[in-house]
Amino acid sequence: MSDLSAPPSAESARPGPLRLTAYAGEQVLWLVPLLLGLVLFVVGGVLAIIWVGIALVLGGLLVVRGIADRQRRIAGRVLGIDVPSPYRPAPPGGPLVRLWSMIGDPMTWRDLGWLLWAITAGWVISLLVVVLMVAVATLFFWWFGTPHLMAVRSRVDLTFLTYGATERLEQRVAALTRSRAEAVDHSAAELRRLERDLHDGTQARLVAVSMSLGMAEAQFEDDPEAARRTVSEAREATSAAIADLRSVVRGIHPPVLADRGLDGAVRALALDMAVPVEVSGGLSGRLPLPIESAVYFAVAECLANAAKHAGHEHAWVELGHRDGVLRVVVGDDGRGGADPDAGTGMRGVMRRLAAFDGTMAVSSPAGGPTVVTLEVPCALSDPHDSSSPRTTPSSAPA
Amino acid sequence: MARAVDNAVELDGALADPHVDGAVLDVRMPPSFTDEGLRAAIAVRERRPGFPVMVLSQYVEQLYARELLASGEGAVGYLLKDRVSDVRQFVDGVRRVLGGGTVLDPEVVAAVMARRRDEPLDRLTAREKEVLSLMAEGRSNASIGAALFVTEKAVAKHINSIFAKLDLPVDLEVNRRVQAVLAYLRL
Repeated sequence: MSDLSAPPSAESARPGPLRLTAYAGEQVLWLVPLLLGLVLFVVGGVLAIIWVGIALVLGGLLVVRGIADRQRRIAGRVLGIDVPSPYRPAPPGGPLVRLWSMIGDPMTWRDLGWLLWAITAGWVISLLVVVLMVAVATLFFWWFGTPHLMAVRSRVDLTFLTYGATERLEQRVAALTRSRAEAVDHSAAELRRLERDLHDGTQARLVAVSMSLGMAEAQFEDDPEAARRTVSEAREATSAAIADLRSVVRGIHPPVLADRGLDGAVRALALDMAVPVEVSGGLSGRLPLPIESAVYFAVAECLANAAKHAGHEHAWVELGHRDGVLRVVVGDDGRGGADPDAGTGMRGVMRRLAAFDGTMAVSSPAGGPTVVTLEVPCALSDPHDSSSPRTTPSSAPA
Repeated sequence: MARAVDNAVELDGALADPHVDGAVLDVRMPPSFTDEGLRAAIAVRERRPGFPVMVLSQYVEQLYARELLASGEGAVGYLLKDRVSDVRQFVDGVRRVLGGGTVLDPEVVAAVMARRRDEPLDRLTAREKEVLSLMAEGRSNASIGAALFVTEKAVAKHINSIFAKLDLPVDLEVNRRVQAVLAYLRL
């Protein structure tokens, strides 16, 4: 989503009157394809009951979308702001699925509204800029008037072509609702898993210890030797229960993560892997605790996946924190072809990171290498400060 | 002579005492309950090279084992806390650390051995790997023999064979051989 209040990225690189006029000329010429797109859309809409109509509508919308995207870039340059493409990603599937998703995208309807402006008043403004230059007598007005005319046109363009504050908030709320529901689901599932681990492991073993000790108590009188053996068995069972507990604790929050933070914990994790894992980069401070833990388990999942499927000789982890964003890259030189949607583990990682506005990108061409990039916006605290920074909600729209 | 302290600040004072012969430390202790026990162990061994330290913890990490071993030759131990329940073996371990030996928790040794390694370690037979693991735990030949139900002489033979296969000098003392083996394992 764009943020129109963002500071100009390159104030000095604002286009001059000549460049602006070139843009205006381009906009004047768009009249033809825009009209074509409109005709395709209308005619296709009428014919929508037969297949060819659907193709026409889709074609018309794609033409308009292409030009609208170009206009976003131009308007962005004219006003000195960054305007990313706001469309929903196209879902996989045939043209009908594609068309359906485009019709469901509010930005498509904004495009059509913009089209009506761009072939009427907007077109007149652009034409005026061109005419002012071509008619040599008005060069004075052209030189001083063009920046203002183009700025006005760009502003109107962007009110059509970008979401307003309310819509951005709505989208943000929808994204937050989704990620909150996922975070709650995730923690409920974690609690169930913990309950199972404790119930089947530690608790069962402690019951066995208690039984052994009861037996030993009964044996002491008649057969002290057997009692001694039973007590020694009980001691061994206690050790097993402690070992169980240790692995449960590791699954909740690895102690080394508490001791050393993400940096040290990832290094410790790398040592425990069966194949060499090289850890590079580092963090100069501590991350907020929940993010530290989410990212640690994400890295553990990536490395475990690599060990399971990739058949690699070598893996690496790169840690870094720049411009308020933690970035962790996990890669391996295995056979590639990893599908992040295939395993529940990776989906779980994505959901857990989404709760912090974090993202996971997987690049895994067949033949490798597989590279997973995790990014989470967060603050880094001073390493000498014992308290960890709080999780700050990001202000970025979804 | 024994002294008990329950926080890192007093610990620093106790470790500065020249009459203290060695220390048994918990990795976690007040005030921050992270790894100050380990840091204290490494710090004191920096000031007093070869100072015997046995570090106990609820969990063991290869990373910490590496750091301890890197803090100087021998006289260092790293065990899970619940190993204390086998009192005889624990006291034996502390004695060995005081005598300059190295005692590592079987869990650390197992983790190291589980890592895929290059060539030379693959040349060892299964029995030799068992012997190597027990050596890394700091056990004596007699103790290794008892654990594997073989004679001490057979153990010595295995050890010589291990040293030969790993290109290590044969005539090292009991404690130093562990160090040499661990160094070889790149722990």
